[in-house]
Amino acid sequence: MTLYTSTVVTPRKPSRVWAKIGENTAYALGLPILLLVIWGIWSSISPAPFFPSPLVIAEAFVETWIGPAFVNDVLPSLGRLAISIVLAVVLGIAAGTVIGLVRWLRELLEPIFEFFRAVPPPVLIPIVAVLVGANDTMKVVVMVTGAIWPVLLNTIEGVRSTDSVMTETAQSFAITRSERLRFLVLPAASPRIMTGVRQCLSIALILMVISEMFFSSSGLGYQIVFFQRNYLIAQMWSGIVLLGLIGVLLAVIFGFVERRVLRWYHGVKEVERA
Amino acid sequence: MPESRSAAQPLLTVEHLRKVYESSTGSVEAIGDISFQMNAGELVVIVGPSGCGKTTLLKCIAGLLRPTSGVVELEGKRVTGPPPNMALVFQEYGRSLYPWLTVRGNVDLPLKHKKLSRAERDRLIDDALVAVGLDHAAKSYPWQLSGGMQQRVAIARAVAYEPEVLIMDEPFAAVDAQTRADLEDLVRTLHRERGMSILFVTHDIDESVYLGERVVVLSKSPTWVQEDLSIDLPAERDQLVTRALPRFTELRTHVYEQIQRAKRGEAVRPGATAA
Repeated sequence: MTLYTSTVVTPRKPSRVWAKIGENTAYALGLPILLLVIWGIWSSISPAPFFPSPLVIAEAFVETWIGPAFVNDVLPSLGRLAISIVLAVVLGIAAGTVIGLVRWLRELLEPIFEFFRAVPPPVLIPIVAVLVGANDTMKVVVMVTGAIWPVLLNTIEGVRSTDSVMTETAQSFAITRSERLRFLVLPAASPRIMTGVRQCLSIALILMVISEMFFSSSGLGYQIVFFQRNYLIAQMWSGIVLLGLIGVLLAVIFGFVERRVLRWYHGVKEVERA
Repeated sequence: MPESRSAAQPLLTVEHLRKVYESSTGSVEAIGDISFQMNAGELVVIVGPSGCGKTTLLKCIAGLLRPTSGVVELEGKRVTGPPPNMALVFQEYGRSLYPWLTVRGNVDLPLKHKKLSRAERDRLIDDALVAVGLDHAAKSYPWQLSGGMQQRVAIARAVAYEPEVLIMDEPFAAVDAQTRADLEDLVRTLHRERGMSILFVTHDIDESVYLGERVVVLSKSPTWVQEDLSIDLPAERDQLVTRALPRFTELRTHVYEQIQRAKRGEAVRPGATAA
C-alpha cells in the first residue's frame, strides 16, 4: 500500500535558481535603466528647465536628503507613516473581525461605511486640524481615516465568508471561541486581509504627502511643495524620487510579510493550478 | 478507550426525529420520523437513496442542526448543541482540514481545550497518526497530500479526540475506488482494535454491507427507517474474501432491493397514512 503519493515540493536545482534570480533582476531593472538613459540623452539634447537631467537630480538628491533633512523631514514623515499604517491595520482587522462575525452589526454599519468611504480624507484635514490641532496627531488621523477602509472592508468580507464546513468542523469539536478566532476565522480571512493591507499602504503614502501640505513646516510632503513654490526644480524631483523609493520599500516589506503569512495560501493555489 | 457499558442504556438514541426546512417558497419535510438506537462499540451504517436527508439526519445528531421535533440522546443526555464526546468526519476533507495548519496542527487543534499535558497530547497525536498510517507526514500540510491521505488526517483528528462516538458523513464518496477500499479497512480496524463506536453514513450499498454490523436503510424523503438490518457476516472482514461470500451477495441484494423500493416509494411507513 503506497501512502505517500508525492505532491511534496521538490527544490529546484541551484543553477536554475540563480538563473531565475538573474532573469528577474534583469526584468525588474531593465526598463527603469532604459528610461533613465533615454531621459538623460533627451535632457542633454534639448535642456528643459522643468525636466533636469537624471544626473542633476541625483546630485540634488544627495545634497537635499542625505544630511539634516533626513532627520528633520524624512524620518518624522516615515515615523508618522509607520504609526498610521500600524493603527489602520490593527484597528481595521479588529473592527472588521467583530463586524464580520456579528450579523446585525454588519447590517447596521455597512450603509454608513459606504458613505464614509466615499468621503475623500484630504477634505477632512481642516476639520481634523480644528478638532485636534495642526500637529502630528492630525496627520496620523487623516492617514488612518483614509487607509483603514480597505483593511476594514476586506476583513469584514473575509471573516464573513469563512467556509461553512470549516466552521462546522470547529463546532463539532467544541473548539472554544478564542481558539476559533485564532485558528480558524483570522487565518481563513488572511488572504483578503492582506489584499486590504496592500491597498492601505499606497493610500497611507499618498495621505502622508497630502497631510503635510497644509498647516506644516516640516516633512517630506512639505519640502516637496516648498521646492516647487521656490522653483527648486531638481530638488523637487529628488523628493518625488524619494517618495517612489519609499513606495518600493513598502512593497518589498509587504511582499516579505505576505509570503510568510500566506505561505499556505500560495501553496494551495499552486497545487490547484497544477 | 470505552469500557463495557451496561446494556440497559444505549449509547445513542434517536427518537421520532423530524426536520422541516422552512423557506420562502414553502416548507420541505426532509425527515419524516426517524427512530433508532445504537449501542456502545457498534458500527452502524446508515444507507439510503440519494437525497433522502442523510446529511440532515447527521447534522441533527451532531447538534449542528436543531430538529423540528423529536429527541437525540447521547449517553442519556439530550443533544442540543455539538456534544463534546462526539467527533465528525466530513465528506469534504478539503474543507474540513485547515490548510494553514500542518497535519500535526490539524490533529492537535481539537485537543487544545481538553486540559491535557503537552506530553499526553503528543502521545495521542502520534498514536492517531500511526493508526491511520501517516506518522511520516506529520509536518506536511494537508494540501500537499492526496485526497485519500487528507481523509486519513481527518480520521486521525477524530481518533486523537477520543470520542464516545465517531460520526462519518459519506467520508469516502470523493476518493478513488482503490483508496476507498483501504480506507474502509482502516475504519474496520479502528472499530475492531480500538472498540470505537462508529456511525457511518453512505449511499454505497456494497460499502454499507461490507462495513456494518447493522445497516439502517432509510426511505426516500420525508425519511423514516425502512429497515434495521443486522449483518451476520464474520467480524474479520477482507476485501476479497468477504465480498466473495454468498451471504455478502444475499445481503447486498437485499439492501439493494430495499433501496429500490425506497426510491419507488413502495415501502409503506408503519402506522402512517400515505403521505
